[in-house]
Amino acid sequence: MVEELRLPLIGSRVEAGFPSPADDFIERSLDLNEELVANPIATFFVRASGHSMDGAGIHDGDLLIVDRSRTPTSGNIVVAVVDGGLTVKRLAKHGMKASLLSEPSGEDHGAYKPIEITIEIDVTIWGVVTWSLHRLTCTP
Amino acid sequence: MVTAQAHMYALADCNNFYASCERVFEPHLEKKPVVVLSNNDGCIIARSQEAKNAGFKMGEPIFKCRDRVKQHNVIVRSSNFSLYGDMSRRVMQTIRLFSPDVEVYSIDEAFIQLDGLLGRDFEQEMRNMRAAVLQWTGIPISIGIGKTKTLAKLANHYAKKTPGIGGVAKIPQNPSAMLREVEVGDIWGIGRRWSEKLRNIGVKTALDLSQMEPTVIKNTFNIVAMKTAMELRGCTYFRLEQTPDQRKTLLRSRSFAKPVTAWQELSEAIASHATRAAEKLRNEELVASILKVFFHTSLFNSRTPRHSAYTTVELIPPTNTTHTIIKAALDAAHPMWKAGFEYKRAGVYLQELLKGHVQASLFDSPEEKARDKRMMLVLDAVNTSMGVGTLHFAATGFTKVMQMRQLQRSPCYTTRWDELPRVIA
Repeated sequence: MVEELRLPLIGSRVEAGFPSPADDFIERSLDLNEELVANPIATFFVRASGHSMDGAGIHDGDLLIVDRSRTPTSGNIVVAVVDGGLTVKRLAKHGMKASLLSEPSGEDHGAYKPIEITIEIDVTIWGVVTWSLHRLTCTP
Repeated sequence: MVTAQAHMYALADCNNFYASCERVFEPHLEKKPVVVLSNNDGCIIARSQEAKNAGFKMGEPIFKCRDRVKQHNVIVRSSNFSLYGDMSRRVMQTIRLFSPDVEVYSIDEAFIQLDGLLGRDFEQEMRNMRAAVLQWTGIPISIGIGKTKTLAKLANHYAKKTPGIGGVAKIPQNPSAMLREVEVGDIWGIGRRWSEKLRNIGVKTALDLSQMEPTVIKNTFNIVAMKTAMELRGCTYFRLEQTPDQRKTLLRSRSFAKPVTAWQELSEAIASHATRAAEKLRNEELVASILKVFFHTSLFNSRTPRHSAYTTVELIPPTNTTHTIIKAALDAAHPMWKAGFEYKRAGVYLQELLKGHVQASLFDSPEEKARDKRMMLVLDAVNTSMGVGTLHFAATGFTKVMQMRQLQRSPCYTTRWDELPRVIA
């Protein structure tokens, strides 16, 4: 699971003799887990590889947070098992049919075909992607 | 103690746990035979159902079945305990959401007391739990329900063996028919020796045992066997954390990746095992009274000279302190070591394990003991947070002969940032 990252909510220097009145308002520090991970038991981190979901804000190398306890609904981004491999796509349900859609950035449109979920094709939903974390610096 | 109040227990057991863990992150392994090897890639320690069906046996040395591995296209994996440990934690935490009274019995088994769910449909609750564990963690489990832990274990056995019942089985109101189907040897806590003896006197099934006169069982075997028989009748003798097979011994040993000849390397291996064993003792709040140390040359290779060494030391007072056990092990092993032999395996075996407290002794001061205890706490805390072996005693060495041979280990998908599963976008 994620290591805890504690960020102080309010910081003030301790002045000799006179404690800052702001110190009374310090409640606790923020833990990113609380915001990003609703159900730690069922949450897994995976790494995206490829460009078919660039248009959905998932880029090559991004860290995805996957919650297996959520029931997938139409429009969710999901990790699915297709032909024995893990893949990330947008789930689209229409009536009794469902399919997995790619969402590349503008110029790549049409390069990826939708995957129809039928009885013949072995597709299962592995989990629902709740966050995509994209690094904006070159180095950690 | 026997209690008049009726209880209800469930035993949840992960199906082919290690193979199932591998499959969660590599779904292409689904429906294929998978075997997982012991530390050092020596023997088969886990099998998928397909591998069981193909005739692979527990404990079989892998080098002896290379041909059959090829023939059946078996996928072979080194053991990945970081992964299995983390998945086990997730399974157990999911189970705890359904009932807080849980005894984690092993990495892939837990007893659950269902008394808190009184008035509800136990079977339906357990089906819901099974579905949640499967969806949240990807691990399939089987669940047995009964009035006692022994019956829950028996029902679990039945749930596993019987296809089409959805992995959950409950001991029926009149259990005779089910008990008749179970051989004495398959009853929890009845070992091989007892079951042989029982069969000799005509007691062949669980039903037979449950109908035996309790005092006869007690006199012929012991009180634990009697309790087991009474549990088959539905009388609770083993509560959570009470079992008929409490850990009495602890073995830590491993084959070397390369034969070891020098005392330096051999002693480092023994010290490592002593360290792991002491950690395990502290983890389970046990102390050991007897230490056995052993090392030997290859049992398969007849061309090199053979030597097998084995000795027993009494630990006075019983202890779980790392450096005490290392020192005792090395002092015992050194006189037995002979130059010129290619040792293939070494280990330590702790026996007469006692719960918790250490007997006071004239020979060590309270200050010394308090210091040892503090040192062990720091040692365990550092090794837990920073990885096994971060802090270690110099005797365990730096030459890394003990580096496990794990050629086919899967990534630590859930515990290392640089080994996360890749999903294709």
